[in-house]
Amino acid sequence: MTSDRNRLSGPLADPTADAGYPDTHPPRMGFFTDTSVCIGCKACQVACKEWNLVPAETGELDLLGQSFDNTGALSANNWRHVAFIEQTVTPDRPPVDLGMPAIGPPAGDASDAGDGQVRWLMSSDVCKHCTHAACLDVCPTGSLFRTEFGTVVVQEDICNGCGYCVPACPYGVIDIRPGDGRAFKCTLCYDRLGAGREPACAQACPTDSIQFGPLEELRERADLRVTELHERGVDEARLYGRDPQDGVGGDGAFFLLLDEPEVYGLPPDPVVTTRDLPSMWRHAATAAVGVAVSVALSFLERGALERRKP
Amino acid sequence: MTGGGERERSMVPRAEFRSYYGRPILKRPTWKVPDVPGYLFLGGTAGASATMAAVAELTGRRELAGAGRWVAAGASVAGVAALVHDLGRPERFAHMLRVLKPTSPLSVGSWILAPFSTLATASAASQATGRLPGLGRFAGFGSGVLGPAMCTYTAVLLSDTAVPAWHEAYPELPYVFAGSALTGAAGAALLCAPRADHGPPIRMGLLGTAMELAALHRVERRLGLVGEPYVTGRPGRLLTLSKALVVAGAGLSLVSGRRAAPLLAGGAYLAAGLCTRFGIFAAGIASAQDPVYVVTPQRQGLGAAGLP
Repeated sequence: MTSDRNRLSGPLADPTADAGYPDTHPPRMGFFTDTSVCIGCKACQVACKEWNLVPAETGELDLLGQSFDNTGALSANNWRHVAFIEQTVTPDRPPVDLGMPAIGPPAGDASDAGDGQVRWLMSSDVCKHCTHAACLDVCPTGSLFRTEFGTVVVQEDICNGCGYCVPACPYGVIDIRPGDGRAFKCTLCYDRLGAGREPACAQACPTDSIQFGPLEELRERADLRVTELHERGVDEARLYGRDPQDGVGGDGAFFLLLDEPEVYGLPPDPVVTTRDLPSMWRHAATAAVGVAVSVALSFLERGALERRKP
Repeated sequence: MTGGGERERSMVPRAEFRSYYGRPILKRPTWKVPDVPGYLFLGGTAGASATMAAVAELTGRRELAGAGRWVAAGASVAGVAALVHDLGRPERFAHMLRVLKPTSPLSVGSWILAPFSTLATASAASQATGRLPGLGRFAGFGSGVLGPAMCTYTAVLLSDTAVPAWHEAYPELPYVFAGSALTGAAGAALLCAPRADHGPPIRMGLLGTAMELAALHRVERRLGLVGEPYVTGRPGRLLTLSKALVVAGAGLSLVSGRRAAPLLAGGAYLAAGLCTRFGIFAAGIASAQDPVYVVTPQRQGLGAAGLP
């Protein structure tokens, strides 16, 4: 079943065993981030920075003017990133007047007659710990490796900062730390997992938006949650990264989203680049033969070999 | 190049696409300029020069072989220096040979580059000092055998990423680089080798020109939206300049009787090789920086997946 193809892309039941661990390895661990209950408190970002001693991005405060997001994206210095999206939506039912005292324009004011309501989407993004991790595949030093928990981690004493993992990641997660030169990303708190604890972000999350556990269990929980939301009329709820059939063989850290992935800054259908690597090598080999033949043809002339004799 | 005239032509109408504040989805490649595009040029030129030198040796063109060895050694040593300088931790360059991973084009490439540059340098050193001529010749043949791989593995290096313009061009890029390596080596030989030996490099240049132009043409025609960075903005101008220079080089190489013509042809070929590598490198960066090149093709793929 585990053909060569499945080692580079496609469904792979046990990436940990595929990486060479014995059958006694622990189950694959991961995150299920249910963004429908995220309140944007950024406790995950803070807990991650604190536990992993991740340095500040810059010396000064950088205000992006993008809702409450002043982090922007995952980076070498931000292993969790809370995205904030403000959307104007048409209410699906008329608002209920609670009879509360209010400030603002008096009722009937023209500005109040707009049909839009604001919807605020919040989502804590993180490294996806892919089943087929391009960063790990392309790392030339073996610095990036698959742990016994099925997660993907950088060994900082090995990384020489070649930067190949950076453009390889289809999610734009891993990056080189400026001033340090090595690549950094979420380790899914490898040190804490080894001690039987949950990652810092999941422990800090006050609403259980970030859930940690064995991936199989999380997938079941996520399926139940999305069914529940659909029954409650939240038709836009969808799972992202849950499907082992997707372009990266499913994510170790997957999400429940309330809009299209690209709205959250996620690629809609990422594919591990190494899926096409066998074909790339074949083209390169053919082109190399083309070079050799072209050079040889260039020397074809009458008496080319006789010339050797003095 | 005509200044000012922005030839921004959109090949595909922009579909509506959504994004997170217009921010890029992919990380900008951290590879440094000029280190990495410069290496792509140096490595290709060195590879094709080493192969040319080996065949020249076999066909008794001693002086052409000598020139090819010098170029192969010089360009590969400069290329190694550029790659080490590009590392975030240059002192750990030896970690590149810690493992051999077929899934990492950079690992495979390191295992091609390390013996290639060693052999090319050894053969040039033997030639310069006149010592160990037998081993020098053997090293020269070894680098000549590895040369073609040096020319094309770098295309896999770029294509094996999530960068849309590089990845989607994976069937053509090796031929672009192969053609450009042939013209680069031809250009260096036209500059360094005696006129009596110009026949083979002239023919190499013509073959390389045809290969590169055909492959680039296919990239521009086939890729659709993702190919846009290859024909617009600065990368588009660099590649247009490259095509003009390579055609000029091919034309000049055929001019006989003018002392300056081979020198100008050689210079044009080398400049074309630089423009090709810097242009393709820049096109990839541009495609990684704009989320439209990630979101729209992936959306179209999802749409197509629903069809039988």
